[in-house]
Amino acid sequence: MEADLTTLAAGLAIGLGALGPGIGVGLLVSGAMHAIGRNPEATPQIQTNMILGIVFAEAIAIYALVVALILKFV
Amino acid sequence: MEVMQDVMDDVMGGGEEGCASGCITRTGCLGLIILVAVLGFMATKFPVALPEIALPAEPILTLPVVGFSITNTLLATWLTMLILIVGSVFVTRNLKVVPTGLQNLVEWGLEVLLNLVESVDARRGRQFFPLVATIFIFLLVSNWMGILPGFASVGLVHEADHGGHPLQEVSILGFNIGLLQPGEVGEHETGWTVFSFLRSAATDLNTPLALALISVVMTQVVGVQAQGLRYFSKFVNLRGPMGPIDMIVGLLETVSELAKIVSFSFRLFGNVFAGEVLLAVMAFIVPYVVSVPFLGLEIFVGFMQAFVFAFLTLIFMHMATLGHGPESEE
Repeated sequence: MEADLTTLAAGLAIGLGALGPGIGVGLLVSGAMHAIGRNPEATPQIQTNMILGIVFAEAIAIYALVVALILKFV
Repeated sequence: MEVMQDVMDDVMGGGEEGCASGCITRTGCLGLIILVAVLGFMATKFPVALPEIALPAEPILTLPVVGFSITNTLLATWLTMLILIVGSVFVTRNLKVVPTGLQNLVEWGLEVLLNLVESVDARRGRQFFPLVATIFIFLLVSNWMGILPGFASVGLVHEADHGGHPLQEVSILGFNIGLLQPGEVGEHETGWTVFSFLRSAATDLNTPLALALISVVMTQVVGVQAQGLRYFSKFVNLRGPMGPIDMIVGLLETVSELAKIVSFSFRLFGNVFAGEVLLAVMAFIVPYVVSVPFLGLEIFVGFMQAFVFAFLTLIFMHMATLGHGPESEE
């Protein structure tokens, strides 16, 4: 096994770190789909707020990615 | 079968008759195949090397006495500022009461922003607008400029600290240009890497950190402006009705403000830096072809991150002007 523990840590950091936000984004979009289904006329507002929420949930995954990048390249 | 034949004729019609909108003509199909073949050929003749991915920005110039190094992200920030200032001067020449042309476009953009800001806080929207809109416009121009060709790819050749790539020297019109070749250097050789002249401003943690500090400090300033020194009772509340619980809540609020700095800066830094790394790696894996959808992703991400930074600043400023609970909201 040539690769040392740092590489393994980088892989685990982003791998496990993307689990939560993945589920979070899925829940967000699911809620948005339900809302659009109930009220198709409000689709633009629902979409805007959904994108906003997705960006926040995504930020957590980005933190994990930054940790992985720091581990690998610094 | 007849119906299907008619539909297929419409979709796959020849170039002469034209076809339904959105279909691919024969000539169009041929053009696409030729394009992909040419790109594939170019990918073998001019392969792309994976650049050395470094978190800190690379210094281009080091001032001798002060020891301050001008990094490529600083150059990109200056370029963004130049574009914005020159653009503003251009747009505000010959201002007309009824706007036309470029002035009209810019006024439309600013009006959309102003409406958004005032939809969050109608009373004080105009007071928050300059900072929020500046953050948005600066980050938008900076992020979108970082996708242009030449960023993070053209620069000075340096010896790599570890790893690196072999170098091929080419002489064009008397200038010596080095092209990084993909592949590893040998065991005991140091390879080469590129210190690019320009690198998107937000890929250096300093820029997002600076903007985050400005944002959070201005939020406190706006809070004091709106509420006077009672604003600090959010953090240290000695006369609270709950006693020690209020002290703990105050501590949590302080930690939350510090966490905002971290979260602002890392959200922006992570998104833009990861985007840059993604573009570099994708261009290395399948040169020229696969870059296109990822450039589209970067355009979207650049816009969204600029928007989220500005919008969050606005929301925190609005929340800072509120007092305790709904009785202060008018």
